[in-house]
Amino acid sequence: MLRQSSPVAVQGARRGLSFYDIVAAALILAWILAFADSSRHMAQPLSVESQPISLSPWWLPLYALRSTMRMLAAMVASLVFTFVFASLAAKSRRAESILVPILDILQSVPVLGFISVTVTAFMALAPGHALGAELAAIFAIFTSQAWNMAFSFYQSLKTIPEDLKEAAASLRMSAWMRFCRLEVPFAAPALIWNMMMSMSGGWFFVVACEAINVGSTSLVLPGIGSYIATAITERNLTAILWAIGMMLVVILAYDQLLFRPLVAWSYRFRGGEEDETPQPRPWMLDVLRRSSLVAMVTEPLGRGFDSLVRGSRFPEAHAQPRREPDEPSPIGDKVWNAGLAMVGLAGAVYFGRYVLEAFPLGMIAEAFLLGLPTLVRVLVLIALASLIWVPVGVQIGLNPRLATIVQPVAQMLAAFPANLLFPIAVSIIVAFRLNHDVWLSPLMVLGTQWYILFNVIAGAAAIPRELKDASGNLRLKGWQWWRDFALPAVFPYYLTGAITASGGSWNAAIVSEWVSWGDSHLAAHGIGAYIAEATQAGDMDRVVLGIVVMIVYVTGLNRLLWRPLYALAERKYRMN
Amino acid sequence: MAGGIHVGEQILAVRGAKKSFRRPSGDPLVVLESVDLSLREGELVGLLGRSGSGKSTLLRLIAGLSKPNGGTVEYLGRQVAGPPSGIAMVFQSFALFPWLTVLENVEIGLEAMGVAPSEMRSRALRAIDMIGLDGYESAFPRELSGGMRQRVGFARAVVTHPNILLMDEPFSALDVLTAETLRTDFLDLWSEGQLPIKGVILVTHNIEEAVQMCDRILLFASNPGRIMLELKIDLPHPRNRQDPMFRALVERIYVAMTARQATAATLGRAEKFPGTGIATILPRVSTNLFAGMTEAVAQPPYSGRADLPEIAAQLQLEIDELFPVAETLQMLRLAELEGGDIRLTDAGRRFAESEITEKKRIFAQHLLAYQPLASHIRRVLDERPNHEAPKSRFSDELEDHMTPEAAEATLRSIINWGRFAEIFAYDDDEQRFTLENPT
Repeated sequence: MLRQSSPVAVQGARRGLSFYDIVAAALILAWILAFADSSRHMAQPLSVESQPISLSPWWLPLYALRSTMRMLAAMVASLVFTFVFASLAAKSRRAESILVPILDILQSVPVLGFISVTVTAFMALAPGHALGAELAAIFAIFTSQAWNMAFSFYQSLKTIPEDLKEAAASLRMSAWMRFCRLEVPFAAPALIWNMMMSMSGGWFFVVACEAINVGSTSLVLPGIGSYIATAITERNLTAILWAIGMMLVVILAYDQLLFRPLVAWSYRFRGGEEDETPQPRPWMLDVLRRSSLVAMVTEPLGRGFDSLVRGSRFPEAHAQPRREPDEPSPIGDKVWNAGLAMVGLAGAVYFGRYVLEAFPLGMIAEAFLLGLPTLVRVLVLIALASLIWVPVGVQIGLNPRLATIVQPVAQMLAAFPANLLFPIAVSIIVAFRLNHDVWLSPLMVLGTQWYILFNVIAGAAAIPRELKDASGNLRLKGWQWWRDFALPAVFPYYLTGAITASGGSWNAAIVSEWVSWGDSHLAAHGIGAYIAEATQAGDMDRVVLGIVVMIVYVTGLNRLLWRPLYALAERKYRMN
Repeated sequence: MAGGIHVGEQILAVRGAKKSFRRPSGDPLVVLESVDLSLREGELVGLLGRSGSGKSTLLRLIAGLSKPNGGTVEYLGRQVAGPPSGIAMVFQSFALFPWLTVLENVEIGLEAMGVAPSEMRSRALRAIDMIGLDGYESAFPRELSGGMRQRVGFARAVVTHPNILLMDEPFSALDVLTAETLRTDFLDLWSEGQLPIKGVILVTHNIEEAVQMCDRILLFASNPGRIMLELKIDLPHPRNRQDPMFRALVERIYVAMTARQATAATLGRAEKFPGTGIATILPRVSTNLFAGMTEAVAQPPYSGRADLPEIAAQLQLEIDELFPVAETLQMLRLAELEGGDIRLTDAGRRFAESEITEKKRIFAQHLLAYQPLASHIRRVLDERPNHEAPKSRFSDELEDHMTPEAAEATLRSIINWGRFAEIFAYDDDEQRFTLENPT
């Protein structure tokens, strides 16, 4: 079974609102606003000349390849960001004090709302060329992938055992060698798992951000997403089915060729005792390991890397004692905090003045009220999905043979971009004239419910054998079996899934509360529809307002519901 | 001649080394107070003491892993600032890189030195050979037993041909038999002069291990950490544990440790925190061990008074486990420590001989009478109208005097003892103390 990894949103022991949280919030709001400002001041509409998307299925593989390349480029950017950002946060106490809250808020920024704000600014970088648009798309995918990876790497750096750090120091490793030989390998299992989860989530955003209209600026990049968008405008259901089929092939290939081999390979970086349970052996990894062709390529690469690591040692005079965390300099801290306060204040003033100028109070109240229906949708749908998938997941997880079949399928379903399925659902809603506020809602959890399923399966499969035997021996039955045995045992895993699903659903709200089919537009009441509509109208002020409201809701939900629940799970329902 | 090597030039000199940490309240917590130490070529010096006596701290100062707040550490006449080349370390937890094979783990020290790949390979293979790891080159650490892992630790340290080998309780994570095998293997290599090492410093809390291996022992006292006794061991190798001279040395160390600890327990604590008395860091000792220890001492052949080395051997406790039990019994006036012996008081004898309900009654009585934190918690609960108090009420109070970790450990101990004595209850979900035991 693949290991669970705790979601970013709820980590960090701190509760309540600290000075650093407020500074971080001010900085991020000012940053979003700066993007919006530059977009608003763009003189003329910046549309990219691009060849029209062909709905012929023969073009689909090429489009799929383009989408995949975009995804990989964003992944490379995310990795670079992860290494730099997390290393800074983990190694400097002062940087940590502000970087971690920043990450905490960044991951509640709705990706699809954010792209509306950034796209014009990026396209201004290379006016008239597709490059700016490509960058905007890659940046949007990056914002959907980077935060949890950075957090995972940061957490790993903070938990490297003291004895390994001392061994590295006493072996006189240079900083670069420590990074290559200790830090990255130690963080690898968790980081690779998070990379894979990021990529799973990323398909959704690739599809969503390849065809976007912000007012008069239109962004069409050749890819599966724009193919689907064209199919929607032309009401071409066959093309949509082709796209769904193509996406399934891509995800299957990604799962078999990349995901499984990488995760299995990352097992070698685990510490601890030898595991008696047989490890998964993906066929692709075997192929790579046995192929002499692969070895011909990788061996020189490995040697080159080794000499790179070796060549970086420091001469004797540079050997420094490790800095000890217990020697804070009170004056330095005061200067740092004062600096932060000033920057935060500047950000707050910038943002505050803008709010006062741009928004009458009624408009703010309206946006906040619109957040409520979305909040209700997210909570109700997560609850419904839990009611269905927790019992199913427990039954599957307790049956090892079934679990090994269903688990990968559930993971693939989680990776499948649900927005490809929207047109089918929407055409049904249109045909039967169903209530938008109710029937658009399930689209939000269409893609995210699988996180609940596969985490619960993993949880049930991880129940220690003796505990299962004990529950049988005590003849636990019916509701008592669920209440005293199964539900508590899978609770931490379930929570991981539910938190991931909730985060994904907020993001999905922007594309699922406001959908179109041909020229008919369907809208539900909610903050997602608010942002989508404002984007379409090119009204930057309302987009920014919508984003801010959503950040407030998501952060609030994380802090008031998920974080306390997660702390409870950690304290009470941990198995070891 | 103690080992097989001639004792010669001084290679390491520690003068007046001090180490302290800043406490949350601002005043420093001294872990090591003005320590002098020298190491000569061919010497194996042992640093012996209980946890918290600063012996591991001193080792890290020598290794250049942390800086002293005062005094100097000189290696080959030069001030140590950062890990010097020529000083290697073996860790209690082995500290192997789990993602590297045995061979790669041994090579990594050479890699950091910038040794050429071909030379790296041959030197690593030679070290693996010498330490008895032949055939395991491609194994990962997780596939090895503890003993084999520590052999990798040794190979990794000696492959760089260090002048000084620092060993931080290298055998304490191993079972008794494995530890003995590794110890004798190491001593053989060392006394035959096969190791490319000039001097060894061994940190241990195992008295017999220190006497068996070292040419010189520095005995450490706690609060603050300092050297209380230096002992030269002139017995020839291999040393026999049953030899009366060997036993006499072990006994002498026990006497020294109980003598100092007795005064610290009766005078030191009250003195250090006048008025409150609650600010003593309590060790994590299971109530089962209180019962087990008193019962063992009460029975023949001891009948109420036992020699500590003997009872430690019988109960298979190392001094790190033995002293916390014995001292807590002393604090509760259930036993007394003197001259390397433990003697039960009248109450201690009754505690040992009675059945469980009576045991709990005696324990509760003594806990409330002699353990200020227990009586403090009980008083607070009695005074409050709802007989409840949050844990933070007490942890805040303790953190004025100790680190948050020590405060947490102390509260965990008192919760455990209080539950056994049934003088209060504690709800971990709510993080609060109450007077209500579920009935």
